[in-house]
Amino acid sequence: MNLTLKIWRQKDASSKGQMVDYKVTDISEHMSFLEMMDVLNEQLINSGEEPVAFDHDCREGICGMCSMYINGEAHGPDRGVTTCQLHMRMFKDGDTITIEPFRAAAFPVIKDLVVDRTSFERIQQAGGYISVNTSGNTQDANALPISKHAADEAMDAATCIGCGACVATCKNSSAMLFVGAKVSQYALLPQGQVEAVDRVKNMVAQMDLEGFGNCTNTGACEIECPKGISLDNIARMNRELMKASVKG
Amino acid sequence: MSGFFKSSIGRKVAMALSAFFLMFFLIIHLAVNITSLFSEDLFNELSHFMGTNPLVQFALQPVLILGVVFHFVMGFVLELKNKKAQGVSYAKNNGAANSSWMSRNMIYSGLVILAFIVLHFIDFWFPEINTKYIQGDMSGMHDGSYRYFHELQHKFLSPARVAAYVVAFILLALHLLHGFTSAFQSVGVTAGRKKAMQTFGKIYAFAIPLGFIIIALYHHLNHQS
Repeated sequence: MNLTLKIWRQKDASSKGQMVDYKVTDISEHMSFLEMMDVLNEQLINSGEEPVAFDHDCREGICGMCSMYINGEAHGPDRGVTTCQLHMRMFKDGDTITIEPFRAAAFPVIKDLVVDRTSFERIQQAGGYISVNTSGNTQDANALPISKHAADEAMDAATCIGCGACVATCKNSSAMLFVGAKVSQYALLPQGQVEAVDRVKNMVAQMDLEGFGNCTNTGACEIECPKGISLDNIARMNRELMKASVKG
Repeated sequence: MSGFFKSSIGRKVAMALSAFFLMFFLIIHLAVNITSLFSEDLFNELSHFMGTNPLVQFALQPVLILGVVFHFVMGFVLELKNKKAQGVSYAKNNGAANSSWMSRNMIYSGLVILAFIVLHFIDFWFPEINTKYIQGDMSGMHDGSYRYFHELQHKFLSPARVAAYVVAFILLALHLLHGFTSAFQSVGVTAGRKKAMQTFGKIYAFAIPLGFIIIALYHHLNHQS
């Protein structure tokens, strides 16, 4: 198929960017979206132009690096997929595809389609962990009985890959689905209880400090999340923070 | 606990709590007004009670006004903060692919409701305050009978005013359609996302504004000149 691409080009973080049109031809419907971008970049390199910078790593939907806003949706029009898992069969011959970086004040553009998501790292560092003594006497995780229901819900929350699609999609650039998932995966398990109060307080405080917006429950994030993280995790985070605030 | 209400989640919870209070008030307001459809006397009695009872006038009424002001001010504050958090806008954004129009435009339905409240205060609240507390007439009487029902009918003579009320109530329905379940979600109650609760929310969001629309239309069409 032949396509017209409208791509955000921005030289560096301090430059002003703009949308630039490109044509690509003979794109196979079996290609992934990133493979189509590789074809474009090869074309640009061969003609002596600067290739389009975009984040990617595993190309199997696990790393959470690919971060394009395609035709008005994070990771494009398909559901439950990252950009690397988006196939060109989702598009038609002759289509014009708009490709932009994830937008949020807390996700500044580094170059072209690459954004700085280290704000997520700082939120994780603020409390997204459990402190375990690993000096040779680590307890077997299976020694602690955990209900199937809690284990399943914690695992569902833990599937968040921190790609930032929730923030990119949210009209308020809120990170509450991400933080909700990270708080939930520990809140549901006994190992997470010891640091529960500090965890939710510190992670929410860091989230606010990073300049993410306030959730208004539109539910857009859970629809666009490649891992199907549920809005219930935000409600759980809200409960956790209320509990933590009462406990002091 | 003061730190909690300074956090983004604390503000959400505060918005939700004021929303619960306002949603409860709407039920009371509709319950009183709906009596005007079938009993002039009952409507007059209830209006006189609400208008002269010290507990309603000096405790509930200030709390209600505070609740309304808080909900609006906090709504604007959050909207401004959210705008700041967005940064550069997308060249192409397909919001309809993942969320409802109501949920994305609460600020606009809210602004229409705010304009309506101003009109409603000019129509009913300011004249009441003038009659009762400036002119000092607490009797609720005019020409030997209660004035409330006649004042209500008189207000709805104007088709323009009825139209404005109907438009405002439609926007109120849209606001409630998202706001009802959203408030539950904000206070951490996932039950708001269960089918039964969503259905109840939809019934509430349609029934309350529809009740007010029926009252406005009824008195417009059945006024005694």
